[in-house]
Amino acid sequence: MSGLVEEYFRQDQLPTIWCPGCGHGIVLAALVRAMDQVRVPRDRTVVVSGIGCSSRASGYLDFDTLHTTHGRAIAFATGVKLANPELTVIVITGDGDVAAIGGNHLIHAARRNIDLTVVCFDNNIYGMTSGQYSPITPQGDLASTAPYGNIDRPFDLCGLVREAGATYVARATTFHHNLLTEYIARGLRKKGFAFIDALSQCPTYYGRRNRRGSAAEMMRWFRDNAVTVRKAERMEPAELEGKIVIGEIYNGEAREYTELCGDIIRRAQGGEGR
Amino acid sequence: MMSEARLMQGNEACVEAALAAGLKFFAGYPITPSTEIAEMLAERLPARGGTFIQMEDEISSMAAVIGASLAGVKAMTATSGPGFSLKQENIGFASMAEVPCVVVNVQRGGPSTGLPTSPAQGDLMQSRWGTHGDHPVVVMAPGSVAEVFTVTIQAFNVAEVLRVPVILLMDEVVGHMREKVLLPEASSLTVLDRRGPVEGEEYRPFDYRDGERPLDLPMTKPPLEVDFSGDGLRDVPPLAPFGRGYRFHVTGLVHDARGLPTGDPTLTDRLVRRLIGKVENRRDRLALYVTEAVDDAEVLVVAFGSVGRSALSAVRLARERGIRAGLFRPITVWPFPDQVIRKLTQGARTVIVPEMNMGQMVREVERALAGTTAAVQGYSRVDGELITPTEILAEIEEVA
Repeated sequence: MSGLVEEYFRQDQLPTIWCPGCGHGIVLAALVRAMDQVRVPRDRTVVVSGIGCSSRASGYLDFDTLHTTHGRAIAFATGVKLANPELTVIVITGDGDVAAIGGNHLIHAARRNIDLTVVCFDNNIYGMTSGQYSPITPQGDLASTAPYGNIDRPFDLCGLVREAGATYVARATTFHHNLLTEYIARGLRKKGFAFIDALSQCPTYYGRRNRRGSAAEMMRWFRDNAVTVRKAERMEPAELEGKIVIGEIYNGEAREYTELCGDIIRRAQGGEGR
Repeated sequence: MMSEARLMQGNEACVEAALAAGLKFFAGYPITPSTEIAEMLAERLPARGGTFIQMEDEISSMAAVIGASLAGVKAMTATSGPGFSLKQENIGFASMAEVPCVVVNVQRGGPSTGLPTSPAQGDLMQSRWGTHGDHPVVVMAPGSVAEVFTVTIQAFNVAEVLRVPVILLMDEVVGHMREKVLLPEASSLTVLDRRGPVEGEEYRPFDYRDGERPLDLPMTKPPLEVDFSGDGLRDVPPLAPFGRGYRFHVTGLVHDARGLPTGDPTLTDRLVRRLIGKVENRRDRLALYVTEAVDDAEVLVVAFGSVGRSALSAVRLARERGIRAGLFRPITVWPFPDQVIRKLTQGARTVIVPEMNMGQMVREVERALAGTTAAVQGYSRVDGELITPTEILAEIEEVA
């Protein structure tokens, strides 16, 4: 990160509020590296976030940044992008923010294929409020609101977004940092809705309660239990139990939403339409 | 200068005015009785180079409007009762982050799903206090189709100049009623835009000059336009659009002059007081209203929106019968025009407040008239029917 911190961060806002061992710094580093690789236009890029540990990240970045209400980052970002389609719009969110309270906006933005790059800092827990179960918390795991074990089944977020119509969907973990950077970069290059599920560790509120050990041990667990998309295709569902599938889940093409809006404007102004 | 007489609905007049005010973005969700606004803008906005989007819900519509406004365009949404409830959290965000936007609420019967196609005025308090926490908001309630046009322009002007959300509080009668409207020439309208940063100066999107209250101007005659002349707007920071290199932060958290989060008690106090002050210190300047026969009125009727129409007929009928009745119809209902109403009731024995709710404005009138000798009494109707002139006349005659 040498040079990148000075280049892309608001120096006086550091250090971050994140706990020691939190994976979110690694995810944010991957995002910034990807932004640097892609050379996102410095003054024409807006970073929008929701509420939660992840979403404090927008305040650390030296761009136009918008820290919105819980779950609504994608909806705010949709307005920004539609009002000025030339802007590069990036959404930083978390699993509680985007899969629970903001789930509706996620699937509809994917359905529209609007040109946003959404990075989900996914630590499968509500960290900011100290460890309640999220829609990504595995069944049976403990949380402050699941003292007898979580009975909810988790979402496959990538599958959900893929089926909803996103044109780029990928997953990586804080252990697979280079891969994560690469996927975010590809998402940024994609003209369409890109979703990157970045699995991150929360040693404080998830790891401790579920005896997952230190942050390093949680990252080793990512290493030992990650299965590539290609390998997963050849595995039986029973074998995939407890594994995490990483890789590019989908990379396709479809007309992008702001382009379609542009078409409508041209038709309306040309007197055609209806 | 007037031109082009047209028969149109209140909702349609709202659309015409929004376009005349420079609307470039609308996000909405279908709901009766405001849907016509979305339908008409879906057709009209693209032709003006603007963007219409039907979002997945009311919450996201409000969010998208705020996002679009921050990207630099005039933005609006329209809804009704249940949808207005859903928008409240993000309206609070717009208050806190000082994002100009207009929210139309065509009131219908409530609570809950209530009476979707019937008139009511039960959202008066919600339009002021619907979102949590102390917050600034301006609410304007037009009473005729022609007035919807004028007041919608005012709503945009106030939103843009003060960096606040403005609620255009219509009711089902005003929204759906058809009347003849003379649409003014575009060149005759006063359309105001937000102020941008000064070139070459360090941009502080939430900074302001301390210790100076804006000059509030008591109006001498019933005003239909908010006049910002002579207002230094020192407590309203300039707003840059995203994408111009200012690289600033916007948050719903308490923030400092640069927009970055802070928990500092002094800065928190300054911020909240300034946000509220932006509106409260301009109570008189923001007060739009209409009066009828108030000068010698012994019985004053205070009514807003469509009830104001019935009240006007009632006052005229009462005058015909020799009763000294008058009407005060506030258009700006929040901030409540305390001083204006106190002045107008100096000679009044009784003030009657008919409204299509269980008594929301009457309490404000009582508060504003506390310590005076005027007796205040309410008159409520909550059956989904408009209050008639005959009903109000009967109330007037009873106290005359």
